[in-house]
Amino acid sequence: MSGNKISIVVLSNHREQLQMAAMIASVGAVSDREVLVFLSMNALRFFVKDTSERADAEGSVGTMMEQKNVPPFEQLFEQAVELGGAKVHPCSMAMDLLGLEQSQLQSYIGEPMGLTMFLEEAQGGEVWSF
Amino acid sequence: MVVLNGSTGEAMSERRIVDARGSFCPGPLMELIAAIKMVQVGDELEILSSDKGSAKEIPQWLNKVGHEHLGTTEQDGVWHVNVRRKK
Repeated sequence: MSGNKISIVVLSNHREQLQMAAMIASVGAVSDREVLVFLSMNALRFFVKDTSERADAEGSVGTMMEQKNVPPFEQLFEQAVELGGAKVHPCSMAMDLLGLEQSQLQSYIGEPMGLTMFLEEAQGGEVWSF
Repeated sequence: MVVLNGSTGEAMSERRIVDARGSFCPGPLMELIAAIKMVQVGDELEILSSDKGSAKEIPQWLNKVGHEHLGTTEQDGVWHVNVRRKK
């Protein structure tokens, strides 16, 4: 049922944006919604295995999230997949641009996806962008 | 802890404590969901949360997906949300 679907486009390198995207993905996925996450632009590098890249705090809330015991956005995206069956795919354009292979990304992330496929999958459902 | 049948002394169900104190939304909910997958249908869980928003959200999630909310108590800034797995 396409109306049950949440598609989330994640582009930002800012913690507050990434956190909200991850919260919607994880809570949506465990609440019987079909969730698709599309990682592109500046967001993709945070999903490379063993990366030392850190998201910018963005604002005072982002800074507080770093200091307190807030679940990291990377963990929430993984839980969206593991606990709720969400699908997370990297943008094939960003993969090509950054010279990345799927094997270099976190293991819960699926195959690179192009926009034709993403638009097809997202059609008729909600689309959120961060 | 194991909940025993008062007349037969047999274990009716097991209540598992999920300690999510100190974590913020949606951490306690995610910890509960991970724990629910580990127990049998009919088993009870008690989730401890110091995050007030999570204490409110967990019963809403239970209602949405169809597990039983057995009640919530609050003591010294910690919410105890009691849950039974229904499916």
